Amino acid sequence: MKGFVGKLLLGGLLGLAVVVGTGSAADEKAKDEPWPKLSKVLFGDRTIKEDAGDVLTLEAPVRAEDAAVVPIAIRTRLEQTPEKYIRKIYLVIDKNPSPVGVVFTLTPDSGKADLETRVRIEEYTHVRAIAETNDGSLFMATKFVKASGGCSAPAGKDLEAAMARLGKMKFRVDKEVAYNQPNQAQLMISHPNISGLAMDQVTRLYAPPHFVRKIDVSYAGKTILTAEVDFTISENPNFRFYFVPRGEGELKAEVVDTNDLRFETSVALRGAPGS
Amino acid sequence: MGARVRAELWAGVLWSLAFAAVAAEPLPVSAVAEGVYVHWGAQEDSSPRNLGDIANLGFVVGERCVAVIDTGGTAEVGRRLRAAVRQVTPLPVCYVINTHVHPDHIFGNGAFEAESPTFVGHVKLPQAMAARGSTYLHALERDFGDAARGTKVIAPGTVVMDEAQLDLGGRVLKLRAWPTAHTDNDLTVYDVRTGTLFLSDLLFVERIPVVDGSLKGWLALHPRILALEPARVVPGHGMVKGSLGGALAAQEQYLSTLQLEVRAAIGKGWTLRQAVDRVGTPEGRNWLLWDSFHKRNVTAAYAELEWED
Repeated sequence: MKGFVGKLLLGGLLGLAVVVGTGSAADEKAKDEPWPKLSKVLFGDRTIKEDAGDVLTLEAPVRAEDAAVVPIAIRTRLEQTPEKYIRKIYLVIDKNPSPVGVVFTLTPDSGKADLETRVRIEEYTHVRAIAETNDGSLFMATKFVKASGGCSAPAGKDLEAAMARLGKMKFRVDKEVAYNQPNQAQLMISHPNISGLAMDQVTRLYAPPHFVRKIDVSYAGKTILTAEVDFTISENPNFRFYFVPRGEGELKAEVVDTNDLRFETSVALRGAPGS
Repeated sequence: MGARVRAELWAGVLWSLAFAAVAAEPLPVSAVAEGVYVHWGAQEDSSPRNLGDIANLGFVVGERCVAVIDTGGTAEVGRRLRAAVRQVTPLPVCYVINTHVHPDHIFGNGAFEAESPTFVGHVKLPQAMAARGSTYLHALERDFGDAARGTKVIAPGTVVMDEAQLDLGGRVLKLRAWPTAHTDNDLTVYDVRTGTLFLSDLLFVERIPVVDGSLKGWLALHPRILALEPARVVPGHGMVKGSLGGALAAQEQYLSTLQLEVRAAIGKGWTLRQAVDRVGTPEGRNWLLWDSFHKRNVTAAYAELEWED
């Protein structure tokens, strides 16, 4: 009984501390901000150049119209050369259940580190793209995205349809490419990308997570792009990226999900006449 | 505990239940047919000011009991709907039917729990509630504050795979679970006695339809819905003033134009962002709440249609 009273008292004191803490709304808000902690975990004490518009910009809608499918674009200003290139881009969504949902690794053969994808956003949050160049410098672009209201949710729209099409993949790319310069391609992966965070209200059990976790893209056997991802990426993961073909070759994507299912697709490409 | 004490306790419980039922201000309802009542929700975005009372809600009174069809966007709207039922009849609510997972249709469920009704929904409703319920609740608490108090997710105890009938005593409701359209868990309710069809959000009137399932699936349902030839229809939002055919045609005009334009956008190689910024006809803007939902519809349509070959 004594222990019980002690706990109650402690609870009361903690409650008081919280009440005192709300004295300044700004302080409270700052305390909620996960970025300082995330930054520490990801990059330690390394300097990150903020608002680095000369290296990269981030395009995100002001409001997440559909919380399940929020288009994000990263535009970069550096040319990818063997001497200087962006080797990693982290996409961080501060208030998502898994804030570091996407880490891209790029190569000089990417040509241009511009990337587009679609993510889930359910809360008012900062979205950040942090680029790491091959000399280890860090550059960040940030946008604030308002959550959608009402009946929008980050969940998929038709799980059955997504499961039926599981693993189907598609490249959208011009069959005739321009050699020795960046060409754009789009990779589409049909996958429900289930988070495993949704609890069944009847059984009180969680649906098992089932999401794409790694994507490797190569051209003519050379790595263009790899992406470590999770359920932050929308159902049916979708990526636009660049690659530099040096000659005829096969653009290939290999995908692994959390159930160790492996999918791949490829398309044979050749130079456009005169390229 | 003596029998008399127990009886007094029960009397107390019953009294407080009765008090809870009358304490809420009853929602205004119209009798659209004999024993069929509808509360017309506001044609607005859900907000603390309207308490999420934005969807059409209904109830049907049989000889034995009452079936409620959708419960509103907060527990408070549900309590007011229950008060409206009590103004019409003392019969118990034996069924609470949810036409789909959206919060403006399910968040009043908790107000009816005290009557221990059977909650009924599409076979995919529990899964949709599992995937979306906590997000909806969190958003409501964030945006509504105190007005969200008491609101919770209650999953159906009975699900409909294809068709089902509910007997209210001398009165049968026919339920139908549809393939993915507005959502992947759309359920309609047909009152056999009066020919009243609760289409819920398979039909939006004046308010912009929201695509949260499958655009193609929804368009494919239009002729099937028309073929049902009901005597009257209750849409999920708005009132049908002319014929069902006219209301469906207006909705089809929007959805098919959306489909055409988004297909063209994908064909031209526009990105999702470009499509969201550019797709939309001037006449489309006549729909209520265009600014709140059109871009979202373009997003959903794009994500669906880009998988066409």
